[in-house]
Amino acid sequence: MTITEYFNLLFTDYTLRTITLGTAVLGAICGMLGSFAVLRKQSLLGDAISHAALPGIAVAFLITGAKDTNTLLLGALVSGLIGTLWIRGMTKKTHLKSDTALGLVLSLFFGFGMLLLTYIQKQPNANQAGLDKYLFGQAATLVESDVLLMLIVTGLALAVMLLFWKEFKILLFDADYTKTLGFNTKFIDITITFFIVLAIVLGLQTVGVVLMSAMLLAPAAAARQWTNKLSVMVFLAAVFGAFSGVFGTAISASQNNLSTGPVIVLVASVFVLFSFIFSPGRGLLFRQLRFRRNRRDLELKKTLQFMFGIAETHADISHPHAIKILNNFQGFAKTSLRELEEKEWITLNKQEWALTEKGFVAAKTMFETKEDNE
Amino acid sequence: MRNKIAIQVDDLTVAYNYKPVLWDIDLVVPEAVLMAIVGPNGAGKSTLIKAILGIIDPIAGSVSIYGKPYDKQRQLVAYVPQKGSVDWDFPTTALDVVMMGTYGSLGWIKRPGKKEKKASLEALEKVGMLAFKNRQISQLSGGQQQRVFLARALVQNASIYFMDEPFQGVDATTEIAIINILKELRKAGKTVVVVHHDLQTVPEYFDWVTFLNVKKIATGPVKEIFNDDNLTKTYGINYKVAVNK
Repeated sequence: MTITEYFNLLFTDYTLRTITLGTAVLGAICGMLGSFAVLRKQSLLGDAISHAALPGIAVAFLITGAKDTNTLLLGALVSGLIGTLWIRGMTKKTHLKSDTALGLVLSLFFGFGMLLLTYIQKQPNANQAGLDKYLFGQAATLVESDVLLMLIVTGLALAVMLLFWKEFKILLFDADYTKTLGFNTKFIDITITFFIVLAIVLGLQTVGVVLMSAMLLAPAAAARQWTNKLSVMVFLAAVFGAFSGVFGTAISASQNNLSTGPVIVLVASVFVLFSFIFSPGRGLLFRQLRFRRNRRDLELKKTLQFMFGIAETHADISHPHAIKILNNFQGFAKTSLRELEEKEWITLNKQEWALTEKGFVAAKTMFETKEDNE
Repeated sequence: MRNKIAIQVDDLTVAYNYKPVLWDIDLVVPEAVLMAIVGPNGAGKSTLIKAILGIIDPIAGSVSIYGKPYDKQRQLVAYVPQKGSVDWDFPTTALDVVMMGTYGSLGWIKRPGKKEKKASLEALEKVGMLAFKNRQISQLSGGQQQRVFLARALVQNASIYFMDEPFQGVDATTEIAIINILKELRKAGKTVVVVHHDLQTVPEYFDWVTFLNVKKIATGPVKEIFNDDNLTKTYGINYKVAVNK
């Protein structure tokens, strides 16, 4: 199947449509909530939570003996929340820094989860096969009810975010100050964290424990590059996330069923890479271009200032001088002279240059600071 | 007593992991004074402000504002945190940060409207930052960031202002602009408490001072208690500041 075939099939094939819608919704909610995680400098929290969810899946299976997705995800939610509480508790009550607490909870829970998975696999129960799909996810297993659940949670998260937008924003920027205004910062914090955990748990079936954090971080990191406004960033992150989901599914479906989760994450990473290089404000390319332009500009100004210094000592500012006298000055280059002439700051005549009236004024006012006219 | 009591702190004690940072602080600040809190590094100056404001939980002690517990009087109190305590790369503008000062009176869920925007623009103008209202905050200089923080507190229209090192890392122009605003606040009957580092400027800027080094050393009018004796007690070395006239 080629990508075009895929997009044609999208409108006729039920399964494909379900999976695509699921990954798109998942990408959107992860991008949206991931923005908050990134701005709170809690990027690694998502990684720890998703790994912490694994034992929950295993325990839920051991208790119920069934592979019902919702039951397993409920288990994941419980153990994800326990992991989150442990991280919070450790950073609050001990000397440990948050990265240490994150690392400890991540490896402890993941280790325990893997232990349970191998134990389950040794059981003489025909039902046990396929639990390990939660490690890397399997989008193909998405059914309509899963997508419906995602839609409900996304709607809920969106509603809560719009309702408490102001509270979320101020907490992200300045938590201490928020407290002095009389807001219950613990409540806001727990609400944000709860929804992040919820989004992660929803994504486990599709993307899996190991790569889930990338779904949170990549769209948000990419979106940050394009805007200086929080609302736009959250919106863009949701869009990038949704597109990653759709393109990831399309590529994986059209290329011999490549594993969907990793492909989605790779597509999201392409968004990040592209944004880091090509975004106009913060991107590397434009920063480099601005740097070069500034440097050339500075060379020009240096040359002009040197000429100004000479011209100032003469009654006639446009008295011609030999180009040679610029030789003992580093800023001098043929291109700078040409550019100065183009700007009509100097006139060139064979081996001589002369400052124009315009150039004289430009040199004189060069260091006067400009008012901010925004 | 010349004035009403604005802030009263009783037996305030704060400890980080068994180590006392503030020990049994009693403090009475009258209304309409401009007070400096001075003391060496690690004396607990910032901690004192944070404990009064409930950002840090004290092990013991109570704070009352105009005779009532602080919890009931939050609307009367504004806070200017240290500039370095937030991430200035946060995606927002100067005006937006100042608007945050109105969130407290708005309460939960309600969004700021025209009235709040107008008040915020006025506050920006007062600190001389109106021209920068739409600037992304990462594009502001240190002094400009400090002014934005001050504007955010001004828009709260409080009676008492707590400021954590507002002069840190700002140039002389900004320092003078800020101190003039603080003096105006005092003239309007507001009480201003400032964590301050530069001992040389204490007599010039402030009329009230508290010496702090884990314990409270002294508190009172600058004219009466800002002397070598108290400085020596606080900083532990023989201090000679040419301020005793």
